[in-house]
Amino acid sequence: MLHEWVDHGLRIAVLAVDPSSPRSGGALLGDRVRMRIVDDADRKDSVYVRSVATRKTSGSVPLVVREMAFCLLHVGWDKVVIETVGAGQSEVRCAAVADRIVLVEGPARGDGVQAEKAGLLELADAVIVNKSDLDGAQRHADELRESLHLGHEDAPDVLLVSALHGTGVAEASSMLLTLEQSTRAGRARWRERLLSHHERQLLEHSKFDTLLSSIEEGLMSFDDAYAQLRNGNE
Amino acid sequence: MDQPLRIVIAKPGLDGHDRGAKVVARALRDAGHEVIYTGLRRTPEQIIETVRDEDAILLGLSSLSGAHGHLFPRICETLREHDMGDVIVFGGGIIPEDDWPPLFAAGVRALFGPGTTSEEMVEFIATAVKRDDAGVGHGAGWHWNQSA
Repeated sequence: MLHEWVDHGLRIAVLAVDPSSPRSGGALLGDRVRMRIVDDADRKDSVYVRSVATRKTSGSVPLVVREMAFCLLHVGWDKVVIETVGAGQSEVRCAAVADRIVLVEGPARGDGVQAEKAGLLELADAVIVNKSDLDGAQRHADELRESLHLGHEDAPDVLLVSALHGTGVAEASSMLLTLEQSTRAGRARWRERLLSHHERQLLEHSKFDTLLSSIEEGLMSFDDAYAQLRNGNE
Repeated sequence: MDQPLRIVIAKPGLDGHDRGAKVVARALRDAGHEVIYTGLRRTPEQIIETVRDEDAILLGLSSLSGAHGHLFPRICETLREHDMGDVIVFGGGIIPEDDWPPLFAAGVRALFGPGTTSEEMVEFIATAVKRDDAGVGHGAGWHWNQSA
C-alpha cells in the first residue's frame, strides 16, 4: 500500500508500534525488516518509518504517537499511518490517537460467532481481510459483512487483500484515501483519550517506580500506594 | 531502569546468517533497551538511514562474511560525513583479533566474538554512553577491553 500511495505522489510517514517488555522495559522493534520500500532509491524519500515502543503504557498505541503524528503532519508529511501492536478484540485504545481505524483481519479466526462479538470491530472505519489467497478468507469476509450490516446503516467496507500476491492492494489503497471518518467512534474516541491521559498522568508520577518496588517488596500495601499516586506529585 | 536506549542492530554486507544478531538483539531487549533490527544484507547507506530515522544512539554491526575490514570503517566514515558522530559503534561476529586494531582506529568501540556474555555487552553499553568520547566522531581513541 505504501508503494501505491507513494506512486500517487503522497509522502507517507509510518509509526510502527511494537510492545515493550513488561519485565525488562526493553523492546525488539522489527517492523522495518519487512518495509523494504525504505530501500527503494526512487521512493525512499517519500517514506519515513519510525519504530515506537509502547514503553510503560497499556493498550496497542501509546499516547505519544498522537503527538508524533501531529509533528510529522506539521513538517509536511501528507499522511501518517500508525501500525499498532497486534490488537485483540477489546483493544480500542487506538481510537484515542487515530482519526480513522482500519482493522486488518486474516482467515481462520474461529467460527462465525467471532464476527458477532463486541469490541474493536464496532469502531472500524474499514476492514481488510488479508491473506485472501488462503482458504476461509472469503467466508470470513462474508461473515464480517453480515455482522457489520446488522449493526449499522453505513456499514464499513470489507475488502479482501492478498499482500503475498498483491491482489486487492490497489483497491484497498485508494479506498483508504477517500475514507470518511465515521461517527460511530465519537464517544469511544473521547473516552479512550481521557483514559490514556489519566494513565499517562499516573505513569509520569515522580514516585511511580518507587511505589511499584515498595508494593513488590511488601513494604507498602497496594491501597496506600495507589492513594499516593492519585494524590499527584507533591 | 532509566530511559531505554535506542540501539540499531544491523547486518551489513552479503552474509545470510543472523542467529547471532538476533541473540544479541534479544539480550539487549532483556536488558531493558529498545532494539531495532534491520534484517539481512543491508548496505552502509541503508544502515545509516535507519540509525538516523530511528534516532538511535548505538549501532551494533554483525558480520560473519569476512568483509568487516571494508564495511565497518566505511559505515563509521559515512556516519561522520552525515553529522552523526555521536553514534556509538560496536561490532561482532567472526572477526579475527589481527583485524581489531584498524577497526578500533576507525572508531569502532568494541568487538565481541563467540563466547562473549550478554552481561559484558550490557556493561560495555552502560560504560560507553557515560563517556563523552565514545561517539564515532571521536575517531580512534577509547575502546572496550575484552575480558575474554
